[in-house]
Amino acid sequence: MSAPTFSWMIGGPQGSGINLGAEILARVMSRLGYYVFGNIEYHSNIKGKHSYYRLRAADRPVHSHIEEVHLLTALDEETLIGDLYHEFPGHRGHVEQVAPGGGILLEPDRVEGVRRRLDGRDVHLYVIPYGEAVHQALSLAGKGGQAHEYRIMNNTAAIGASAALLGVPFDPLAEVILSGFHGKARRVGETNVHCARFAYEYAQKEFKDLRFKLPPKPRRARDDKQIMLKGTQAVAIAKLKAGCGLQTYYPISPATDESVYLEGQQSQYNLVVLQTEDEVSAIDAAVMAAHGGVRASTSTSGPGFALMPEGLGFSAITEAPGPVVVNYQRGGPSTGLPTRHEQGDLRFALHAGQGDIPRIVIAPGDLSECFYDTFDSFNYADRYQVPVILLLDKHLAAMYATVPRFDTSGLKIDRGELFDPAQRDGRYYRYRFTESGISPRALPGQAGGIFWTTTDEHDQVGHITEGIGNRLTMMRKRMGKLELVEKEIPDEKKFALYGSPQAPIRVVSWGSTKGAILDALGRLDPEGKRYAFLQIRFLQPFPAKQLQALLRGAQKIVCLESNYSAQLAGVLREKTDIRADHKVLKYDGQPFSEDEVVAALEATEAGAGEEVLVSEGKVVSAATYGPEQVDKLVELKEKSGKMAPPMVPLPPGYNR
Amino acid sequence: MATTTAPQLTAKTYKSEVHNDWCPGCGDFGIVIALQMALAKLQITPHNVAVVSGIGCSGKTPHYMGTYGFHTLHGRVLPSVTGLKLANHRLTVIGVGGDGDGYGIGVGHFVSGGRRNLDFTYLVFNNDVYALTKGQASPTIEKGKKTKSMADSSIVEAINPVALALASGYTFIARGYALEVKYLANLIAQAIQHRGSALVDIFQTCPTYNDLHSKSWYEGKDSGQPRLYKLDESDYDPVVHDPNDRAEVAQKKAQALLKSEEPSGRLPLGVFYQLEVPTYEDCLREKGVLGHEPQARLGAVFQRDIQPLLDRLA
Repeated sequence: MSAPTFSWMIGGPQGSGINLGAEILARVMSRLGYYVFGNIEYHSNIKGKHSYYRLRAADRPVHSHIEEVHLLTALDEETLIGDLYHEFPGHRGHVEQVAPGGGILLEPDRVEGVRRRLDGRDVHLYVIPYGEAVHQALSLAGKGGQAHEYRIMNNTAAIGASAALLGVPFDPLAEVILSGFHGKARRVGETNVHCARFAYEYAQKEFKDLRFKLPPKPRRARDDKQIMLKGTQAVAIAKLKAGCGLQTYYPISPATDESVYLEGQQSQYNLVVLQTEDEVSAIDAAVMAAHGGVRASTSTSGPGFALMPEGLGFSAITEAPGPVVVNYQRGGPSTGLPTRHEQGDLRFALHAGQGDIPRIVIAPGDLSECFYDTFDSFNYADRYQVPVILLLDKHLAAMYATVPRFDTSGLKIDRGELFDPAQRDGRYYRYRFTESGISPRALPGQAGGIFWTTTDEHDQVGHITEGIGNRLTMMRKRMGKLELVEKEIPDEKKFALYGSPQAPIRVVSWGSTKGAILDALGRLDPEGKRYAFLQIRFLQPFPAKQLQALLRGAQKIVCLESNYSAQLAGVLREKTDIRADHKVLKYDGQPFSEDEVVAALEATEAGAGEEVLVSEGKVVSAATYGPEQVDKLVELKEKSGKMAPPMVPLPPGYNR
Repeated sequence: MATTTAPQLTAKTYKSEVHNDWCPGCGDFGIVIALQMALAKLQITPHNVAVVSGIGCSGKTPHYMGTYGFHTLHGRVLPSVTGLKLANHRLTVIGVGGDGDGYGIGVGHFVSGGRRNLDFTYLVFNNDVYALTKGQASPTIEKGKKTKSMADSSIVEAINPVALALASGYTFIARGYALEVKYLANLIAQAIQHRGSALVDIFQTCPTYNDLHSKSWYEGKDSGQPRLYKLDESDYDPVVHDPNDRAEVAQKKAQALLKSEEPSGRLPLGVFYQLEVPTYEDCLREKGVLGHEPQARLGAVFQRDIQPLLDRLA
């Protein structure tokens, strides 16, 4: 049986290298010509807690995960049967997600528990002692007998065996493994290749065919210029391309990867990455760097963004050209779910700060849009002298997928209106009243360009005044820039309609839900006649008139988003007076899967109420589902008997 | 670094035309004049200077200067200075703020700004009160004291700015007095010339709200002996001569700390501590991150080739 799309999952304790392993396999799949979509779920923890990584491969582009798993690769027992060692367990493991005809790769001592849980279902158990492959590989390196010291290599064995079961040739796997080791580490890389090979050969010899295979004929030509990356990388590379001169940050999940990536490029690209003492300092330094003449940005997540409103106001009233602020949303409120997904900061991003703040808020929906929207944001910041907020989220930050290589040929830098001493007409006023509302800016250090600015209301020179006529003019000058944004930025950057404009049902959403919606509609409605998807990228200024036109004549409007209070549906109603018929919501900390969008849309057609809550792959009852799941897990734990918490593999030398 | 031109710049050159709304007799006048004198002494072209302030009476300083002026946010002088300096390290960047701004709301930035050792000068207008909100206790008011503007006496210990600066890693720490303008101008000039994070804590009289630390109190009219004296009039040597000698660094820090807590109650002015070590900019330059030209003038950043990064993702 070959599925049109293949789903693989690896799980294990944090620190066991599941992300490295999964990304190796993902790159192998990509090299073989598959379209790949991967995403990771992990805890706010360094070592020990349960983490898992899903990969989906197909012969057509895929943008989301599915619920069922065709091959589950387990590095520990918890991946299989859950965290039943807690007073209140948090999950039941992944055995039940394995599709009939699918397989589970696991170590021998875990078979019994899994069989009980499977309860006779048709799932292959592929039993493999990972330590055996590790032992053989170490023997070749003269370190035989130390396998217990190198349990950290179990992930490599698991990838080798997985590759064999999927029918992937070994050579590309070896190449990708080795590409991660340079210089002196090359020998370690070779040992890893041996380890993968022993597991690969073991699996080929011992295991009956997995019924699911990778789609046999990848449609993608190998030279069609796909790249594979994460959202944090797409944003970082766009910042480099845009000429960003200062990136500031304070460490926070899940935003930090972007700044760390940029730190690695500092010397190569003359970009200063400043790690500040807090997010207040991060945004304020970025505002002043923008005034100072460089393109500046900062990246954070909700708790850090919560410290930044004063910086947004600072930027706005002083008409700084930026900064570009990237907020990778995570589960809130407060510290919330530090490593989990949510789209809960929309209202906050729109309104953060005292008084009326002109700002642009953009929510890219996929990895390509992360790149292009980030690039454009710096142009907008310079051109309109406003802060620009990019709303991403944990799902976009960490998803790892194939996308068309970014086309940089059409990208142009627009630094907006600059003070030119040669063209000077009388005295230079930094805040000169102009028809457009935009005043040419001088850069400190420029002769003849001396200006003053203040976070107090100020006159055209930049000095404090509380004069009424000036106040009225300045408010209109600043806020009026948003009208310019509305007029000048083309609609295709602000929203997109997928499917027929005549489709009776219009699904409206924003941000990272795009992938799951596109995949779901492709399944429910391949012709694009029943459903259309309206993706809103510009949340401020909000393209209200255009959306009103696009939603006119709809039989039904379904808003879909990852938060509790249907924030987009509220904004839509406020700005357009259009009320969504259904609000599909998910706030369990996980991104929408394709199946969840399908289930929700089917429910709306089958007479569901206004609010449709989804979780764990299905539509659930908001009132009872949570408490029921908590009780069920406690029951399961009491039935299953004592379970040991996971053993975390430590680096060699620590496993005594 | 400062650009110098023919010696024609006088203190007046650095004055703006804006009407000054500080209270008559405010110590801030002395500070702004001293700053103008210091810049004239160093002959730094006005357009190469940026004065960056926080909020409060001292926050208005940039408006009174004929240089680039940034009146930012309460407590955020140093984050602002840091961003501007990294955008254009050729600018002479001078942070100004009050004691509440720097040692209260901005104290986290004060610590981090010091240890980063970026090349900036930071003048703290220290008058023991939050004057613009009508005289509440600031972090430098002594425990048990009550100005006429306070509803009750303070029950918390005062911050010792010199000790805090020492612990934070400032590489130039000095104290001036707003009403000794020439002496203060000289200290500010030294602070500007110092390569690294330079703090000048300035005793500033507030005739409206602080009746405790008035001009006559500093002059010791009540005790018959001036409270202020100058470190440079003794054999006190604030300079670390061998920055690699850890014992000397420790000794110089210890003597500065002792001077800041003098049991006699006398208050020294002058340079407490000075250490020349590579600045933050030097370290960035060594890593190849910063070039000779300021970031803001690097046209090359707009020609960046990202193809090698994309190749690695193929």
